[in-house]
Amino acid sequence: MTALTRLTMAAARDGLRRRNFTATELAAAHVAAVEAARPLNAFVTETPELAMAQAAESDRRLQRGEARPLEGLPLAIKDLFCTKDILTTASSHILDGFKPPYESTVTAQLWAAGAVMLGKTNMDEFAMGSSTTTSYYGPTENPWRRPGDNRPLVPGGSSGGSAAIVAACGALGATGTDTGGSIRQPASFTGIVGMKPTYGRCSRWGVVAFASSLDHPGPLTRTVRDAAMLLRGMAGHDPKDSTSAPVAVPDFEAALTGDIRGLKVGIPKEYRVDGMPGEIETLWQRGIEWLKTAGAHPVEISLPMTKYALPAYYIVAPAEASSNLARYDGVRFGLRVDGKSLEEMYELTRAAGFGAEVRRRVLIGTYVLSAGYYDAYYVKAQRVRTLIARDFAEAFKMVDCILTPTAPSSAFAIGEKSDDPIAMYLNDVFTVPADLAGIPAISVPAGLDESGLPLGLQIIGRAFDEETVFRVAGVLEEAASFTATPQFIAGASSSGGDIGSGHHEPH
Amino acid sequence: MALDKATVAHIATLARIRLSEAEQVKMADELSHILIWIEQLGEVDTSGVEPMTSVAAMRLPMREDRVTDGGRRDEVLANAPATAHGFFTVPKVVE
Repeated sequence: MTALTRLTMAAARDGLRRRNFTATELAAAHVAAVEAARPLNAFVTETPELAMAQAAESDRRLQRGEARPLEGLPLAIKDLFCTKDILTTASSHILDGFKPPYESTVTAQLWAAGAVMLGKTNMDEFAMGSSTTTSYYGPTENPWRRPGDNRPLVPGGSSGGSAAIVAACGALGATGTDTGGSIRQPASFTGIVGMKPTYGRCSRWGVVAFASSLDHPGPLTRTVRDAAMLLRGMAGHDPKDSTSAPVAVPDFEAALTGDIRGLKVGIPKEYRVDGMPGEIETLWQRGIEWLKTAGAHPVEISLPMTKYALPAYYIVAPAEASSNLARYDGVRFGLRVDGKSLEEMYELTRAAGFGAEVRRRVLIGTYVLSAGYYDAYYVKAQRVRTLIARDFAEAFKMVDCILTPTAPSSAFAIGEKSDDPIAMYLNDVFTVPADLAGIPAISVPAGLDESGLPLGLQIIGRAFDEETVFRVAGVLEEAASFTATPQFIAGASSSGGDIGSGHHEPH
Repeated sequence: MALDKATVAHIATLARIRLSEAEQVKMADELSHILIWIEQLGEVDTSGVEPMTSVAAMRLPMREDRVTDGGRRDEVLANAPATAHGFFTVPKVVE
């Protein structure tokens, strides 16, 4: 059944419609793959019965010729999206046992479009991290390893479970969320495509909130076309999210014309950082050449505020997180640790329920919003954010999109960088600016580094111009012809034997 | 700015997160490290720059002031760690 799990989402859609196989066969192959991929610890919750029931309904629809856009396509859902009556944890101890009585708008749309749910994927706790090591449910392993080196690697984060399972062919696609790079950086680390759309393109309703002005739901897939398909299913105006944009959703797949002749592609000189491996610079140059060969014109541009994006982010995001996470009080849902008074119950519950990184960010956020520091930190950061958005607005007067590396490194080992928060934060140096400005950006696998690990290139576009981003990404994908596969493929007999040998239990 | 242990204890109280003495010391060190790094924003001249209040260039939508949802007491209470007689229950607040 491995053949069915190696299909792209678009090929699976076509195969179902041609009756080459049934939705039940496709779902069964993926349920088996999810089980075979357990050593990666990519899921918090698997939902095989639901998947098979949804697939049976898809087969009925397919037989009647009433297939919906994503009919019968098995997906993994980041455990940040609320799913009705199905455990939703944000990979945090504090959400123990939480079964939402409602469905997030994004997942409701996916089910209404006929998609099949395989389960809920592991992530950094409350999406705070770049490695999927801060999960209460233990780290997720990257299906890639450095040849000749047995150390397990991180899949990136925070959408690391989603990225790992898609890369390992355990799901055709997955949902993720990107607040500082949490879709694009794991896509880069696992050799897949990750798309962060424009802020407001996908509803945040029913997505556990981290930093509301920065949270962007989006797709992770193995191809650019699949990302276009899945984003179309996720996107759309939602009156229940006041920041959801009342704009029509285009057919993103139709944008994949392959024609980028005459397009101006900005190359920002500030995206060369100290300590970035030379091979990332080389890959970036290769990307410029690929787009040039396809008829685009590279233009050097300047985004002078780039180096201030990360420090501004580490004020704005924790500030919003400290407000959003105030709701975890041991009263209404999740964990409660009893105390003699209400105050003590709050304090003990939150101390036990939040992991180290979440505590750190809530405390920073509380500090920068506290009396006497609000102007110096929070308002200052929001002014810098205006300047960052202005940098992009100026650049887009001259260019149609921007090409950069996705991340300053390839995947690192589990445990590496975890004792230095700032070293971990630097993973997001190239992805954070597009979050702060709310503009669309995609990561496309473009090559392998010297140690045999995937590296992504990023295309950034104008607000609500995902179509140009997809079009350029499609050309980049074709030129890069990235065909390397990870050492671990779910259910394949050649799987690197001891991947996932480290056992993961909640701590 | 470096944070001392007393300041960390204060913000931990504001955030309702219990920290032991040892955790306060460790957290003071970690948060100071992060705040000093963040303070490079001081290099940026932001005079006359408006702080961003919304990343999307749109006005918040208004809607008619009428009840559109409700009557879901059992659903609201379903996930609570402790309830009684259709209410959330908490430790005694008033003696």
